[in-house]
Amino acid sequence: MIETHLPAIISLNFLVFSVIIPLFGVWKRELCQPLASLGTGISSVFSVYGFIYYLNDIPLRYLFGGWEPPVGIEFVYDGLSAFVIMVINVIAFFVLIHSRQVAVNEFPHKQMAYYSVAMLLMLGFNGMVLTGDLFNLFVFLEIASLSMYALIAIGDRAAPFSAFRYLIIGTTGGTLYLLGVGFLYTVTGTLNIIDMAPMLPEFAGNTAVITAVVLMVVGIGTKAALFPMHGWLPDSYTYAASSSSALIAPIGTKVAAYVLIRIMLYLFGIELIDLVVPISYIVGLLACIGILYGSIMAIAQNEMKRMLAYSSISQIGYIIMGISLANPYGFIGALLHILNHAVMKACLFMVAANLRQKEGHSDITRFDHSYRRKYPWTMFSFATAAISMVGLPPLAGFFSKWYLVLGTVEADNWLFLAVILVSSLLNAVYFFRVLEKVYMKNPDADEQIPDHVGEKDEVPPSMLYSTSILAVGLFLIGIFNVAIVTVIMNMIPSGF
Amino acid sequence: MDLTYVPLYAILVSLVAVIPILLSSNRPNLREFWTILAAVIKFGLVLTLLPSAVRGETIVFDIIEIAPNVPLQLTADPFGVFFAVIASGLWIFTSFYSIGYMRGAGEKKQTRYFASFAVCLSSTIGIAFSGNLLTFVIFYEILTLATYPLVIHKENKEAIAGGRQYLAYTLTAGLMLVAAAALTYYLTGTMDFTPGGVFGGLDISAPMMLIVFLLFLGGVGVKAGIMPIHSWLPTAMVAPTPVSALLHAVAVVKSGVFGVIRVVGFIFGSEAMTAYSLNEILIVIAGITILCASLLAFRQDNLKRRLAYSTVGHLSYIVLGAALITPLGMTGGIMHIAAHATMKITLFFCAGAIYVNLHKQDISDLNGIAKVMPWTMGAFVVGSMGLAGIPPLNGFVSKWYLAIGSLEGGMLIPVLILVISGLLNVGYFFPIIWRAYFKKGGPELEKYGEASPFMVVPIMVTAALSVIFGLFPDLFFNFYELASNISNSIFNGGM
Repeated sequence: MIETHLPAIISLNFLVFSVIIPLFGVWKRELCQPLASLGTGISSVFSVYGFIYYLNDIPLRYLFGGWEPPVGIEFVYDGLSAFVIMVINVIAFFVLIHSRQVAVNEFPHKQMAYYSVAMLLMLGFNGMVLTGDLFNLFVFLEIASLSMYALIAIGDRAAPFSAFRYLIIGTTGGTLYLLGVGFLYTVTGTLNIIDMAPMLPEFAGNTAVITAVVLMVVGIGTKAALFPMHGWLPDSYTYAASSSSALIAPIGTKVAAYVLIRIMLYLFGIELIDLVVPISYIVGLLACIGILYGSIMAIAQNEMKRMLAYSSISQIGYIIMGISLANPYGFIGALLHILNHAVMKACLFMVAANLRQKEGHSDITRFDHSYRRKYPWTMFSFATAAISMVGLPPLAGFFSKWYLVLGTVEADNWLFLAVILVSSLLNAVYFFRVLEKVYMKNPDADEQIPDHVGEKDEVPPSMLYSTSILAVGLFLIGIFNVAIVTVIMNMIPSGF
Repeated sequence: MDLTYVPLYAILVSLVAVIPILLSSNRPNLREFWTILAAVIKFGLVLTLLPSAVRGETIVFDIIEIAPNVPLQLTADPFGVFFAVIASGLWIFTSFYSIGYMRGAGEKKQTRYFASFAVCLSSTIGIAFSGNLLTFVIFYEILTLATYPLVIHKENKEAIAGGRQYLAYTLTAGLMLVAAAALTYYLTGTMDFTPGGVFGGLDISAPMMLIVFLLFLGGVGVKAGIMPIHSWLPTAMVAPTPVSALLHAVAVVKSGVFGVIRVVGFIFGSEAMTAYSLNEILIVIAGITILCASLLAFRQDNLKRRLAYSTVGHLSYIVLGAALITPLGMTGGIMHIAAHATMKITLFFCAGAIYVNLHKQDISDLNGIAKVMPWTMGAFVVGSMGLAGIPPLNGFVSKWYLAIGSLEGGMLIPVLILVISGLLNVGYFFPIIWRAYFKKGGPELEKYGEASPFMVVPIMVTAALSVIFGLFPDLFFNFYELASNISNSIFNGGM
């Protein structure tokens, strides 16, 4: 019985916890973090269960209260949404476990607000992924965005300013999307994705539909930090509290990328999208520019979180490029990279948080070789995630790159292929720069400094385990990627 | 005896050994015991595969599906076993030698050193047994990563710069290989190494073939040290000498030339190579590399750098052997993998022994050292004369087949190149020998004696092997039989 209600349970659970947390938080502040972890944990368990349960099943269309659309709200629980839901909830679970000490250290008096808003954020993300209705998607998008603005504002002195900037840009993006939905509604008379999809070919070439495509892609592209709509991202990730950036960076842009998949490949279909203007190619080109731009900017950064933020712009480019290729391998690469990048980025931001916790900064220029002694496991996790980001086997990153490369080859798209390869090298530059600092004695340094300085001084277990588990996960995802890819292959939209 | 799992065990044994090596970091003797134990077991495991390889049998084992319909596949075919025997056999000597060298030179971070070394060997054996391109790429990249800590071992400016250059070259190469593998998969629908190639009989446009070939050439060519993408190799000589010896004379660069032969013989195949004139490109590149590297070797005063350029030249002998697209040429190329490995490792061992014992790295400082280190220098003479191709040493055998092979293909210029290169080899090795034996050394030499037995014994053994395999190429490991089997399988499409 419970299976048929999974979509509601997974998402609404967050709403319940966002209310429970303030109630208990007023009584005891320390309870906020365990409650948030518990809430996310419950949803994670259900989403993993649902993913396995509905693995080979037809999509589940869940009608709230039994009301049929267009009156009622519909959630669509199919392979794709089940996969993405599982990824974001499990990652969020690890991040929230990890956040315990970060919260105490960085924003002790705002814990209650933080965790409550974090639950709302997760509600928004889950809703965006599950909903089967374009307007509902906007509502959840705004829930997630508003929570994101709030979470980002909790942080450094510069955080409120960057949150404000994000608010302006993000709201514009959201509005553009809504406008696009409006256009589609006037043409088709429905907001339900499954209802609308078969109607759209009739309106092929309709100016309103084309405009709607552009508006929606630009709007969601803003949320996904697609170049050149990425301006909000670096500051937000850098100045937000470490746990906020660890929470938002791995999953925030992914959900937007997921929405892009839904719109481009499921709702319109690639033929309709490219009918008048080669939108998918333009999106792919923007992704390419974003990949190179993000990587080059990342090389120029000295602050680790900022470097990771630019790296995120680059990595989201991989995913969007995979979508724009619109062939099976590109699709597999994009979806696998949603998972891989979520794990890698979460792990890397956790490492940044660990360093801030212990050293009080995450300034790469001040890193030295004592770290490998003091934080062996944190640094091991960093090295693993970094090597995976560069895309070296047998780590996870290699395989998403492999499928993307196959996708570009299949599409005969040499430019995209070259971009992927060049960007891997750029990734190597900015990650090995850090690895060199951490694992090697600075040759310019005073000769008197002994080789082995510092005793082992790792972060508390809650932080250490979540960081290392994700790092080990990268090995497992890499080696057993076929299991995941087989699942993804069932989701490939028709028409490829 | 069921040999199916042996290739896997052979890879895993040194990987597993990393754990006890790391755990016993405070007890050097125990740590080194693990290294030696792993080396011996690995060699033993590889040897059990030898008889079936000599019979021309191939053992295939799929570990796991690594991409849809593409298994992580270990294939112990004759060529794989051939390479694995050389790499794992020489690892034993290098392990003993490393102990002598690292302790003698008082190097730091020896645990990291021995651990990385073990990972390197695992990936080298993995490369040898790779059954398809994706498996090859995976082990190839692991080898790159595992070698990096060894290259930067000294952690001084020079080492870090060398490490960066190494990574820049090899990572680019790895990416080109990934692209090449993807293109091959797209064009032919398979990535399996098949004797005789997978491109035969396909209608593919010439520019496309050229692109694929150049990507492959970039991918495996960097490690094979072909010019103009060789310059990481001399720079990487900042690594401790055993690293240069095993990795830059046996494991890494040989993985490169091994890859070249795999690509030429098992991916493209003779038909596609000649149909698209790809062999001509390869012959020209190999020829230029052989001559230029030999000439550049003259200019190097640093002994290890001179040896490095010599390596660059000799690797292209092997590339040339593959490029000739004749059975005997291929046999010669494959034989030269073994020949060059035993001789060059001897020479690097000598260089290291001289460095640890006398703290000399430059050739101009080597006056009169033969008096102090007679055994080492004796081995040096054997190795260098072997590389120059003087009979009865084993460099001669492979060169002979290379020459016959090019005549078989109706080509004279490669023969000429081989002859000139032989003379150049004599030219750049002879001054070293002359200084060591006939010039009078400074008085400070008198307080030194021969290097530690840990180093001298491996040197003597590898030098002896160079002589033995020159006289009896089929002794112990049937190198000649294997090489001609492999080349037969490539040209006659199976045994």
